[in-house]
Amino acid sequence: MRSISFNQIQSKNPLTNMYLGSFLLAISIFDVLIYAFFNTNILSFLPSKLSTFLPLVLGFIGLGIIRMEYSGIAILDKLNKNINTNNFNALLTLLIIFAFIKATPPSLSWMIFDANISGDTKEACTGTGACWTYIKVWFKRFMYGMYPNDLHWRINSAFILVIALGFVGYFFKENMKKYLALYYVIIYPIIAFLIIYYLISGGSFGLVWVETGAWGGLSLTFIVSFFCLIFCFPLGMILALGRRSNLPAVRYISVGYIEFWRGVPLITVLFMSSVMFPMFLPEDFFMDKLVRVIIAITLFEAAYCAEVIRGGLQALPRGQYDAAKSLGMGYWKMHIFVILPQALKLVIPGIANTFLALVKDTPLIFVVGLAEIAGMLALAKTNPKWLGFAMEGYIFAAIIFWIICYAMSKYSYNLENKYKTER
Amino acid sequence: MNNKIKRIIPQLLTILFVVFVFGFFTFNAQVNMDNRGIDFGFGFLKQEASFDMQFTLLDYDGQDSYLWAYVVALLNTLLVSFLGIIFCTILGVIIGVARLSSNYLIRNSAAWYVEFFRNIPLLLQIFFWYYAALRALPLPEGAEPWFGVTYMTIKGYYIPAMIWQNLNIFMYCLIAAVVSIVFIRIYAKKLQEKEGKQLPLIYISLAILIILPGLSFLVGGVTLNFEIPVLKQLATTSYIYEGGVRLPPELIALVLALSLYTSTFVAECVRAGIQGISKGQKEAAASVGLTPNQILKLIIMPQALRIIIPPTTNQYLNLTKNSSLAAAIAYPDLVLVFAGTALMQTGKAIEIVGITMLTYLSISLAIAALMNWYNKKIEIKEK
Repeated sequence: MRSISFNQIQSKNPLTNMYLGSFLLAISIFDVLIYAFFNTNILSFLPSKLSTFLPLVLGFIGLGIIRMEYSGIAILDKLNKNINTNNFNALLTLLIIFAFIKATPPSLSWMIFDANISGDTKEACTGTGACWTYIKVWFKRFMYGMYPNDLHWRINSAFILVIALGFVGYFFKENMKKYLALYYVIIYPIIAFLIIYYLISGGSFGLVWVETGAWGGLSLTFIVSFFCLIFCFPLGMILALGRRSNLPAVRYISVGYIEFWRGVPLITVLFMSSVMFPMFLPEDFFMDKLVRVIIAITLFEAAYCAEVIRGGLQALPRGQYDAAKSLGMGYWKMHIFVILPQALKLVIPGIANTFLALVKDTPLIFVVGLAEIAGMLALAKTNPKWLGFAMEGYIFAAIIFWIICYAMSKYSYNLENKYKTER
Repeated sequence: MNNKIKRIIPQLLTILFVVFVFGFFTFNAQVNMDNRGIDFGFGFLKQEASFDMQFTLLDYDGQDSYLWAYVVALLNTLLVSFLGIIFCTILGVIIGVARLSSNYLIRNSAAWYVEFFRNIPLLLQIFFWYYAALRALPLPEGAEPWFGVTYMTIKGYYIPAMIWQNLNIFMYCLIAAVVSIVFIRIYAKKLQEKEGKQLPLIYISLAILIILPGLSFLVGGVTLNFEIPVLKQLATTSYIYEGGVRLPPELIALVLALSLYTSTFVAECVRAGIQGISKGQKEAAASVGLTPNQILKLIIMPQALRIIIPPTTNQYLNLTKNSSLAAAIAYPDLVLVFAGTALMQTGKAIEIVGITMLTYLSISLAIAALMNWYNKKIEIKEK
């Protein structure tokens, strides 16, 4: 594939070619650079149409001249092999470089040089660039929603506690390892729920009660996705086992459940949780909207989780089942001690991907009126004192989500590689 | 005997559990509805909807029934999905191929494109396009024409409308052209199998596709005129374009966000498909004397498509389901019109949410069934 096509315009001496070609290429890039950053056109003495396309033409000829199969000069060979294998590639290379140079100054000046960050009011934003003051003023709202300012420590400490408890598994002694699954599947969710309930909600131990309507911002995203993950995992496991079961009734019910939830969009599930679900509950039984939403997302994600776990179960060789059966193990013994430990290890990357999708789906709870970060942005955007900064808000939220999701996807990719080599 | 009981009891328990849950919910729903004086039924579908929709494909006004509103809204959903699928396929194939390019810059730009758009929640992307990017467009009076006759403004994208005469004749010609191409393909295949002759199929098909509909203009009395949008002043500061078709900004934002987001997943499918074919296949094909074009057409593509199509269809399905996010920016799709406005007006929560979910469910199941059929068909038959 990496054959290099030749141009006729080159001489026999690679050095001459290199100097001439690089010179032309340098001129073309320099011209675009100067034009983009200082708005001066060094080729302005030419007719306008020609001076627009001249850099492209010059660069193209330059790349054509330096293209050769083997020159003996390391940098040049690397360049040829990577960005300059034929005319088409050379053209695309130039277009990408030019586009990058052209896009840099405006975005830099919008984001940094012409932007404002000082001050506390809209009037502080005098520049033509972004108004980061807006983000600065609203930062706490974007993070914590309408949660009272002086109580933010409760959210912070609850998160720190929950994360710290999540790492406890690493410090288990060797003889305690067998309880690891028990800890993560049953004990940890309960403790985490208690921590979040008592610390963030309050109402006892001398803490002020904060209703869930005030929760919001990024912390709500974390709370919702955390609970949905820890609840949907056991449910998904049961469903996956049900789908693989050889009892027809169990299998059909599991298949029906999974296919139903996978077939509907999350937004309708959320609508269901907010308008239809209260109808299904006993009359005097009130359930908080946040709890309803968490239940709905859990039921929804459990179906996806089940499919991932089923993939792991199917990937196990039959011999594992046969061996366990030949030892006289029953269904549950076989699954708990032989099948699931191996299958779950296989599906960790898949579960990480499901979790990633879950985090990306949580902004949707905005449609049922929970002020998650997208909801807070919508609120801030329509605040009469801060009109007209939608762009900054969405870019800020996009950056935050991008960092979280990118880190997670890289992590799951690493996990995937790790478990691939171990088998 | 013991074994039989062991099999029956868990099944019985599961069924009992499901029946109990359903029964509990139905009972509660009955009690709740009795208390609030709501009765269960689908009679409301025939009632007058009495709300308006901003953007419709078919004629609709407030006097039509809820059923008609449902159909119109469903069409809006399908329109967004259709446009999104087309654009995400085009983008996804380009990006997927670019990710395998030998050019370092192209490969990495494509990789960054994928990483960038895949890791931002779709809802935020839709909001970004709708509330931030499209709001920065000029007002109608200040808009520069794109391609001479179309105008991209803050109120939407104005494009010329096509005014047909005798459209049906044109359509018949088009159908006739497609049918005859299919027949010629079948004939060509037989000819090749019998005599080893190859017809220049692409040129023949293209010729038929151009000539037959072209004839309908010359002979069949079909005419096509374009109605170009023209700027019109409504009040001193209020301008609007008249004539032509307006694509509302909601639609544009939605299609943009959906196709950019989904194209990253399609690109990954395409990349996986192309990478999934071993080099040996290509070398073997070359060694039996096939030309590069034939290798691509007869060896690479059929195998790559077998890997690419199933996951890509899944992405199309995701796109269709994600198009329900339209509700967040007030594009009149199924969720907004039916599960939003109609539900507010009638209060029939169970029926309406049920219909909405069933609609999406049947689209999903239909496509899944189609996919299973396709997978069975293209399966490599091992002996």
